[in-house]
Amino acid sequence: MSPIRLAGLRILIVLTALLGLNYIVWRWLFSVNWPAWWIAVPLVIAETYSLIDSLLFGLTMWRLRKRPTPSPPPPDLTVDVFITTYNEPEDLVLATAAAAHRIRYPHTTWILDDGDRPELAHAADELGVRYMTRAASWTNKPRHAKAGNLNNALLLTEGEYILVLDADQVPDPAILDRTLGYFRDEKMAIVQTPQYFVNVTASDPLGSQAPLFYGPIQQGKDGWNAAFFCGSNAVLRRDALMQLGIAGYVEAVERDVHRALRTAAKVVTKARAELNGDQEEIADALDDVTVAVHSAREALRGNRPLADVTYDFQQRVDAAARRIVDADVGSMREDLAAIAALESDLHDTDTPVAVLDDAALARLAEREWSPLGAIESVRTLIRAVDVGRDDEAQPVLPMATISVTEDMATCMKLHELGWRTAYHHENLAHGLAPEDAGTMLTQRLRWAQGTIQVMFRENPLLQRGLTLAQRLMYWATMWSYLSGFAAVVYIAAPVIYLVFGVMPVQAYSWEFFGRLVPFLVLNQLVFFVVSRGTPTWRGQQYSLALFPVWIKACWTAVLNVYAARPLGFAVTPKTRQEHGATPWYLVRYQLIAMAALVLASVIGVIHLALGNISVLGVGVNLFWVAFDLVILSVVIPAVRYRGFRQEETA
Amino acid sequence: MIEFESRTTDEGVAVVRPAGRLNMVAAPRLRELLRDVVDGGTTRVVVDLSATDFIDSSGLGALIAGLKAARQAGGDLRIAQPTEQVETVLALTNLNRVLRTHDSVDAAFDGR
Repeated sequence: MSPIRLAGLRILIVLTALLGLNYIVWRWLFSVNWPAWWIAVPLVIAETYSLIDSLLFGLTMWRLRKRPTPSPPPPDLTVDVFITTYNEPEDLVLATAAAAHRIRYPHTTWILDDGDRPELAHAADELGVRYMTRAASWTNKPRHAKAGNLNNALLLTEGEYILVLDADQVPDPAILDRTLGYFRDEKMAIVQTPQYFVNVTASDPLGSQAPLFYGPIQQGKDGWNAAFFCGSNAVLRRDALMQLGIAGYVEAVERDVHRALRTAAKVVTKARAELNGDQEEIADALDDVTVAVHSAREALRGNRPLADVTYDFQQRVDAAARRIVDADVGSMREDLAAIAALESDLHDTDTPVAVLDDAALARLAEREWSPLGAIESVRTLIRAVDVGRDDEAQPVLPMATISVTEDMATCMKLHELGWRTAYHHENLAHGLAPEDAGTMLTQRLRWAQGTIQVMFRENPLLQRGLTLAQRLMYWATMWSYLSGFAAVVYIAAPVIYLVFGVMPVQAYSWEFFGRLVPFLVLNQLVFFVVSRGTPTWRGQQYSLALFPVWIKACWTAVLNVYAARPLGFAVTPKTRQEHGATPWYLVRYQLIAMAALVLASVIGVIHLALGNISVLGVGVNLFWVAFDLVILSVVIPAVRYRGFRQEETA
Repeated sequence: MIEFESRTTDEGVAVVRPAGRLNMVAAPRLRELLRDVVDGGTTRVVVDLSATDFIDSSGLGALIAGLKAARQAGGDLRIAQPTEQVETVLALTNLNRVLRTHDSVDAAFDGR
């Protein structure tokens, strides 16, 4: 962006921000209709929400960065191309694999098949690309979906750089030539390119293309060194990922050991209290564990290395287990001797008394068969105070697993460690978008859930290692997913006025419009300038019209993070779903909202005819209703959409 | 949690079936149960291990104690259908030489 254009844009951003702040301060201080607080306060909060959204957008655009094409890469880098698949049709995966195979820069192509399909393995072999499924260590461990698939592959391959492709993203042969050059910067960890979809009509009824995101927003974030990793069509530096994996491993071990030891004393005391009176051996062993817990905690407080602390702890616990085994073996030996004596009295034969093999008996005290395992809570505790991360398939998990959208969480961690990312604005892969409303809604729900999960689990505003601007860039994306609640208020407010005559503001005066309208106009002007003619209206429509999806994402994510409830996670199907009748139920809330708006308008006009409410009030609210209807109406062509090919041939 | 089912066959053999994990917490109960069976006059006992997922040293101790009680009373204790983990532990400790495993509960006292 030329300096003059950028300066012009910045003036526009500042003016918009000033007008917005002027409006919202006046709203809070002088125009809230407090007697009707139950709608007045939600409305002013929703407006404040939208203003903050606008300010964050302005901040994002402040350093819009259009990178020049980097110099060609050095010739001797090693690259792995990963194509991740779970259940996509074989021919789709193979078409992507064949295109990946044709990428010009030397590389190894891998199909990472989480579906474990022998036919696909065979086809990959014929095509001359490598094929991989999960290693045995993943059995009975959390699989972590796509993040797990990538983590598995990262430990079994060795290329310095990794190109990640979704199964439907067909790469351009030049994709590596155009992107590897960025890694001349030794702190560059990720280069993201756009996700562009070929099976989308010009009107894009499902809002699949994201020209505002894969354009000004990513370029703006890039200006603050906060370009996002979006899971596909990106090149990653292995070194950075491994550093992330190791840092994450250390963090997880520290956290798990501390957490386990914090509650350990209580766990053991409780287990001991539940014993019967005659189980003295067990009580003694548990006392030994208590001693081990106390000395481990003391060692931790004294900052001894975790390796020593956990090793000592395990040794003490093993010793306690061994004492139980020794006691058991002792009584077994006595019993066997008594039996032998009995036998020789009766039959005068030589029965095997010394059958018990000491080396073998030692194994009975080992972790797998330890008698201490009898008490489940104690067994869990003992496993937790160790450095092996028994709860995971691999101790080192480079890709973040805290969210169903592993990409954002991973990227944020890399930024925290001081790595850089770049956004390369050139379509170098051609993908397939969902072709029906149901699939599209599932996908949007998943993205929103993942983003909200990260917001609650690792709030970017609180992450040390990020610059203030980086924190705000992550926050901006999360903030935008809260729009569902504001949308409900924006729909409810005019309905309440038209039906009941209750006003959320003191007056629909010229002062009100004089402050609001210039802000709205300038705000749209910013969008217009940064998008330079690419259509962004679809995106704006969807951010309000999908309000049920955003709200559902918020509450499922809250339940998931704080109550460990499953998200109801679904893999996005890459093929068209079967068509039957138009699936109106998918957008039932939007249809109810539209019906309420229309009905309220009729009632409002009747009130007007009877002289119950003001002309200005009804006029303004009818305009508001019209605006809401235009926004919400986007869902109608969406559910009626029959997919790309049908539209073309129709 | 473990559960013990016990019954007596038509031939007068007591069958005890521990279902679950035969570990340090459960073993004392089995020990007691076997002693009660033998003291009650049933000296031929089969422990059916087909539902015993796990055994540790305490569980082994209870079996041997039961064997001793049965032998002292002039009877015997035999085991049937151990699961994989139980079989592994028995083989490892050589106890399979003292407690021979039988393929079925009914076959445990065949031939005598």
